[in-house]
Amino acid sequence: MAADTFEFTMPSLGADMDEGKLVEWLVKPGDEVAKGDIVAVVETAKSTIEVECFHPGVVDKLIVEPGTTVPVGAPLATMSSGRATEPSRPAAVPAESTPATPAPGPVAGDRPPVAGPLIRRLASQLGVDLSAVHGTGHDGAITRADVRRAASRQPEPAPGPQPPPPPAGVRISPFAQQLADKLGVDLATVTGTGRAGAIRAEDVRAAAERKPTEPAAAAERAEPTEQPAPVSRKEAATDRNEAMRQVTARLMARSKREIPHYYLRTTVDVTDTLAWVRERNRELPITERILPAGLFLRATALAATEVPALNGYWQDDAFVPSPTVNLGLPVSLRGGGLITPAIADAAQLDLADLAVKMRDLATRAKAGRLRGSELTGATITVTNLGELGVELVYGVIYPPQVALVGIGKIVERPWAVDGELRVRSIVTITLSADHRATDGATGARFLSALSRALNQPERM
Amino acid sequence: MTRDEAHAAMRDALRQVAPDADFDTLPPETSLRDDLELDSLDFENLVVQLSERAGTRIDEDAYPQLTTVGGCVDYLAGLQTAR
Repeated sequence: MAADTFEFTMPSLGADMDEGKLVEWLVKPGDEVAKGDIVAVVETAKSTIEVECFHPGVVDKLIVEPGTTVPVGAPLATMSSGRATEPSRPAAVPAESTPATPAPGPVAGDRPPVAGPLIRRLASQLGVDLSAVHGTGHDGAITRADVRRAASRQPEPAPGPQPPPPPAGVRISPFAQQLADKLGVDLATVTGTGRAGAIRAEDVRAAAERKPTEPAAAAERAEPTEQPAPVSRKEAATDRNEAMRQVTARLMARSKREIPHYYLRTTVDVTDTLAWVRERNRELPITERILPAGLFLRATALAATEVPALNGYWQDDAFVPSPTVNLGLPVSLRGGGLITPAIADAAQLDLADLAVKMRDLATRAKAGRLRGSELTGATITVTNLGELGVELVYGVIYPPQVALVGIGKIVERPWAVDGELRVRSIVTITLSADHRATDGATGARFLSALSRALNQPERM
Repeated sequence: MTRDEAHAAMRDALRQVAPDADFDTLPPETSLRDDLELDSLDFENLVVQLSERAGTRIDEDAYPQLTTVGGCVDYLAGLQTAR
């Protein structure tokens, strides 16, 4: 066995990941692993990810204990190639055959509590700190009943607006204000260290740490029952949100520091295309209906195939084109934050397949059930802020990619068609591109290819 | 579908798509997009759930009626009378 041993290491699940926490092992020493098997669950700043092993072998030893955070590249387990047992197995076993692993269930308990917008609103009305609430809903989600129960446990439920508003004249950044609300810090007790005594996020955090030792705060904690666990839970949730922010901050700062962006925009009349989709959707099963978002993905994949100079990576001062179009698809998480899985080889998928794949990825992203391989390898990203009512988005490129397509909201506008004024469905599409890799003329060709594709739905 | 059945269907569907929302405390005018923050995929999933429970296909033509919690219930309750 000693002859062919290798290490299974913490994978890099995207350019924005430095470290990950091993949440759970799905294998034990002695287990045989085929290529593509899911062997562990890893938590990044953004999500819980099912991690595959890409070398077949037998697990020798698990090095890292669940709950441990290690940097990308750190060995997690040692494995031996196990050639003696089944030499040809890996090729014969497609990755698809493995998802029997019971990953999501056990992981739920370890995740910070899930709380959607309504719950967050109720909690802030009642002055409940969500990070200290035990979720009894599906997958540990916090329900309204949980929040009300927590509120009723608090000795003085609402002696005024819960997180006290900043005293008049206090300067505070919006982020620090949010943090104070979240941590339940009374701003009157915080000393600002920013300019002109402004309260910064750091000050709020420092005050939050001081809080338990203050007599008033101690008295409020009349119930000893929830003491030890909630504190770590609270830290976990706060850490997670902050970590997610930090990860995004680093990546985006790097993008704007290194990438000379140029921006182009175009407006496309999609009236006829939408009518075509509506007709087609009447014949499709509901679960396979085509959404406008799917159209834009398909059109982007076609445009990237036509103009390959925007599809790939900027590496070592040179552009490396990608043989496949892997579409990055930012998905908003219900608990807050963003995760960007990739649809591999999207150009080979027709509109219907792409629509199904998009739904599957987005649904699993929200549920925290993405696989590691689905988080890497995007060669161009499509961000769709139209959902949120935004008409125009100039996006920031995800390094090392060199282009990002921004889709706005589809709006009805007066529009000139064949010399007549009509009401048409219009969408504004932007391209943010890396000027090191391409010039504006290339970007223009790309946008024009994209518009053309959008207007030829039957070609999709 | 009776109103009670429509309520039950909407409650179940919502539990799948927005587990944090408690149907029984939501006013009928609650907007799926603005208040519940459903995106288009969440919404499609909701429609799938509602279709299954109603035992009938819900086409895109009905979407304008399905923007609020109460609108969904009204729509479901109206399905039976239409049949």
